[in-house]
Amino acid sequence: MRIAVLSGKGGTGKTLVSVNLAAAAKISTYIDCDVEEPNGHLFFKPENIQEEEVHVRIPKVDGKLCNGCRKCVDFCKFNALAYIKDKLIIFEDICHSCGGCILLCPEKALTEKEKVIGKIQKGASDQVTVYTGILNTGEPSGIPIIKKLLNENKPERNKTIFIDCPPGSACIVMESIKDADYCILVAEPTLFGVHNLNMVYELVKLFNKPFGVVLNKCLDGENPSEQFCIEKNIKIIGRIPFDSELGMLNSNAEIAVRKSERYRTIFSSLLETVKKEVHHETTSNS
Amino acid sequence: MKQLLILSGKGGTGKTTIASAFIKLSKAKAYADCDVDAPNLHLITKQSSQPKKTDYYGLPKAEIDTDLCIECGQCMQNCRFDAISADEKYKVDPFACEGCGVCELVCPVGAVSLKPAVAGELMLYADKEEVFSTAQLKMGSGTSGMLVTEVKKQMKSAADGVEFAIIDGSPGIGCPVIASLSGVDMVLIVAEPSISGISDMERIINTAAKFGVKTVVCINKFDTNMQNTEKIERFCIDHEINLVGRIAFDSDAVKAINNGQTIVDIDCNSGAAVKAVYNKTMELLLEKGGGLRS
Ligand code: SF4
Ligand code: SF4
Ligand code: SF4
Ligand code: SF4
Repeated sequence: MRIAVLSGKGGTGKTLVSVNLAAAAKISTYIDCDVEEPNGHLFFKPENIQEEEVHVRIPKVDGKLCNGCRKCVDFCKFNALAYIKDKLIIFEDICHSCGGCILLCPEKALTEKEKVIGKIQKGASDQVTVYTGILNTGEPSGIPIIKKLLNENKPERNKTIFIDCPPGSACIVMESIKDADYCILVAEPTLFGVHNLNMVYELVKLFNKPFGVVLNKCLDGENPSEQFCIEKNIKIIGRIPFDSELGMLNSNAEIAVRKSERYRTIFSSLLETVKKEVHHETTSNS
Repeated sequence: MKQLLILSGKGGTGKTTIASAFIKLSKAKAYADCDVDAPNLHLITKQSSQPKKTDYYGLPKAEIDTDLCIECGQCMQNCRFDAISADEKYKVDPFACEGCGVCELVCPVGAVSLKPAVAGELMLYADKEEVFSTAQLKMGSGTSGMLVTEVKKQMKSAADGVEFAIIDGSPGIGCPVIASLSGVDMVLIVAEPSISGISDMERIINTAAKFGVKTVVCINKFDTNMQNTEKIERFCIDHEINLVGRIAFDSDAVKAINNGQTIVDIDCNSGAAVKAVYNKTMELLLEKGGGLRS
């Protein structure tokens, strides 16, 4: 079972929810796909870390073979190539690794080399296997890291996998939810919160994923996100109060489920709700 | 035009809340929202006029003409982004396609072509008083960095001669942030006193340093964890980064935002604190060579 946790923006509690659900599930896998700013590992503090670099292929030129025809320069849709002063220049940071220039060079002057764009760390925290993708600063796209993170975990279908998605609804998020069985949308009780929730809501609808909303930082009084859910007939599967105990645990990167009986109960019951929902979906769709 | 960019490692730190307060306080004649994935600034900077909307074309997407296709599979084998599938007929998944053109290059019968695709919408609110440039990226369009560049360009050309602009940046450190950093004079980082907030802040500082932009830091909701607030301050001192102030957690801020107001529109603690942050930031922005070493 793969459960993706989303929010229109960061800071809404996406990591809080996914980390604590994984901890509540005990034997589980947690995958941090927020490769630009992975935070889950700060909570889990995994041990026995194995590290693996993630590469992309980018072109390199053999200046002796290149005749300056500029076919590659004209082809590259990302302007990663330029021919200046009798020399082909490759802007590695904006190359998308499509491989087109290499295929096309009539002189076979272009070959590929590997470039490291980030890494994947795997470690253990109690019974939770923790995967973290880390994109190096200055790299344009973390998608290759996310693909690697998610593909490597396909065989573990029997374990519950929690995917902490990147914020937003861009292509990088789509990559993260593609194979998810269920999506949890985390929302804050503000006007901003509703606006952001609406975006991920559109996204899960587009992908036809079963989903439910967790309302985070609930204060007394009006909750615009709750109203939104009621209007759109969206299932609210959990509520997390705004309280200073949780705030303190969370800001110190402690896992609430492991520190507080109260939060163990809250997240365990949320986990049960999610499981029921997934089960319900699979039976009603088959 | 002097440009101040407001960034935070992640959303939820109050970046837009602070940006909107800065806009009010400075009576900025030009401002922009570069969070094209999830723009929020328009929700609290009330606009009187309707925006001028322009379609934004990102990179084109490939399309396969199935009448011409001889199903040789070349395109699928060569697409590095797994965007082509062949369930019954060969087809392109527009969400995965990056518009690189490789499939068009390899197709032996010319069945593939790249078609322009709308990737988002630019919006420009402009009246005699002020210029506000913003945009919304269409879901699943990957080219947000380019749209950010367009948002800034649109602001600059509409606000010709304006001396000062405020830019609400995008979260993260990836291509949209890099695009929002280019050409700005100073970055204000809104940091949150949590372990993850500190980690995010360090990454953003490194990114800004890579681009040689001077950086100052303020701490929002500082009283939610004093120990971490001190850690952030120590970090800034050690790295010679100017601290421009602390803002306490304030539930009135939430109320203001939910009413579509900025925190300086009402009388509240966070509003008073942000004024001090604003004064200090402006002082550093206008002083020559202030902020970080650079
Ligand atoms: S296509 Fe090949 S030969 Fe022509 S400019 Fe590019 S690298 Fe040189
Ligand atoms: S691999 Fe693709 S993106 Fe990179 S330089 Fe070559 S054509 Fe451009
Ligand atoms: S344009 Fe590039 S990414 Fe798009 S389908 Fe063709 S080969 Fe794949
Ligand atoms: S390369 Fe051209 S002919 Fe071959 S499968 Fe693709 S679209 Fe069809």
